[in-house]
Amino acid sequence: MEILMAFLVGGLTAVGVYLMLRPHLIQFLIGFLVLGNAANLLIFTAGRLGSSFPPLVQPSGTVLEPIANPLPQALILTAIVIGFALAAFGIVLFFRAQAVLHTLNAEAMPETLEAAPAPSPVDEVREERT
Amino acid sequence: MSWLLVLPLLIPLSTGILCLVVASRPAQRLLGLLGALGLLAAALALLVQVHQRGIQAVQVGNWPAPFGITFVADHLSALMVLITGVVALVVALYALAEGDQPREQLGYYALSHLLLFGVNGAFLTGDLFNLYVWFEVLLLSSFVLMILGGSKAQLTGGVKYFAVSLLSSILFLVAVGLLYGATGALNMADLATRVGSVAPGLLSALAMLFLGAFGLKAAVFPFFFWLPASYPAPPVMISALFAGLLTKVGVYALIRVFTLLFTQDTAFTHTVLLWVAGLTLLLGVLLALAQGELKRLLSFQLVSHIGYMLMGLGILSPLALAGSVFYALNHMIVIAALFLLAGLLQRLQGTTVLVRMGGLYRSHPWLAVLFLLPAFSLAGLPPFSGFWAKFTLVAAGLQAGQYAIVTVALLVGLLTLLSMGLVFAEAFWKNPPKPLSPSATPPGLVLPVALLALLTLGIGLWAEPLLGLSQAAAQELLEPNRYIEAVLGVSR
Repeated sequence: MEILMAFLVGGLTAVGVYLMLRPHLIQFLIGFLVLGNAANLLIFTAGRLGSSFPPLVQPSGTVLEPIANPLPQALILTAIVIGFALAAFGIVLFFRAQAVLHTLNAEAMPETLEAAPAPSPVDEVREERT
Repeated sequence: MSWLLVLPLLIPLSTGILCLVVASRPAQRLLGLLGALGLLAAALALLVQVHQRGIQAVQVGNWPAPFGITFVADHLSALMVLITGVVALVVALYALAEGDQPREQLGYYALSHLLLFGVNGAFLTGDLFNLYVWFEVLLLSSFVLMILGGSKAQLTGGVKYFAVSLLSSILFLVAVGLLYGATGALNMADLATRVGSVAPGLLSALAMLFLGAFGLKAAVFPFFFWLPASYPAPPVMISALFAGLLTKVGVYALIRVFTLLFTQDTAFTHTVLLWVAGLTLLLGVLLALAQGELKRLLSFQLVSHIGYMLMGLGILSPLALAGSVFYALNHMIVIAALFLLAGLLQRLQGTTVLVRMGGLYRSHPWLAVLFLLPAFSLAGLPPFSGFWAKFTLVAAGLQAGQYAIVTVALLVGLLTLLSMGLVFAEAFWKNPPKPLSPSATPPGLVLPVALLALLTLGIGLWAEPLLGLSQAAAQELLEPNRYIEAVLGVSR
């Protein structure tokens, strides 16, 4: 089971990284979602797999062994919520970017600031001499 | 439960929420200032308590340490929170004088305090997964601050910043997941007691993952190109806050994990840190020299000087770590001052492109002095705080026999001076390319810059207290047992 999960995580990571490297921002966002799921599955796998019982104490006080590890599920739940928030913000951000910049291609976006020439003392000396 | 420990979190949070609730602009402005003042006072009280009674820890909800949520304040955290308070107060003063009405109505005060909430949370948390969550808190508020107002430049910078932050978050999450898989713990003190049982090779690999995740946030080599592309885009009251605080959170996280968790194979991990530090220092300052726009130049300087903080961490001696901590504190003040000054110059001349500026020395001589104070401090000239920071690091490097990095550090100091001198020559000395219409400097905008400049001069002249506190912080970092005891209780 762990081996299968390892391949699944690896495959999802490959897909996610490929998509995140594409210049188009929507592809980037989908890549982020895929990569996020890969990370979640990775945490899930890291926290022990296998058939096990929920970590509950019965009224008699006995605990069913082996217990499932509840912590990774809590972590993944948090990570999923945060991932949703980020993705939602990303969609709104890219929507605005499309409206203002008229493109969603990261490579076609204009440079943010004027590429002014750097001041150089040599130039000034030259200017003074001429 | 020690309220002092959670006050630096509660004050910005409640201020942020109140600013969201209270719609009237004057009330928000007042709240913004009061919140920053309260934060500074709470941070000062926290530092005093930590200094007098040792490391403070709080278990939220009284769950015992490895299971509950832990907040810890040692000297490092308390000092970082204190300087965060200083920067927050000064930027709040600047924002009050700037009076950027559209952004204030879009929620500038609420967002900036939520950002402070996230920053302080990251400084005070004692749990690795909570650190991830705090990072997300501060990232989400910083995303919105970055594009607040929605100008073209802000959106382009914001998209880049957003993309890189997502990547670093996932990297961090993966690293935390793998470390949890290897040790079965998330509480940092608990982790520190367990990492010894992890295979050294695996631990080094995890250390590199963390270096990647935090390095992206701290903008070190080779991950720094997003910072100059995005930080100059928003107005200075926002970029000064970012420059002062956000990269330092990454540096803080690096210092924390590389002194508490990854200290088994220092020959490998800390040598990598030294290389990263050297390359960051050198490339940052060289690229800064090639810039023709002031805020972009300052962004590259910001990147370069992150290298100094990593240098101390890489050497890992008491003096070197004290130097790192002192440098981080000093740099928060200096870089915030320089960014605010850039905003002031932009207001006076309508541009931050250096070749189009000039003649400010004749019209505003006091402003020139005010520029030179933080600029010299950045370059490390005595009697400013930057001198003591660099002196400590260089002395520690010489003691440890790391001559290569010391040479780089000294050279970069010189190049920084050259870069700052060029800015001074261009903006203040040379004749303006076109005659300037004389405009007065609003005193409200000069005051915050003057406060920071005097602070760096004051720390430089009277370095003993802050240097002593930094040394106490370094001592605690090198003896993780005290941290572990404070969190897990004496019984272990």
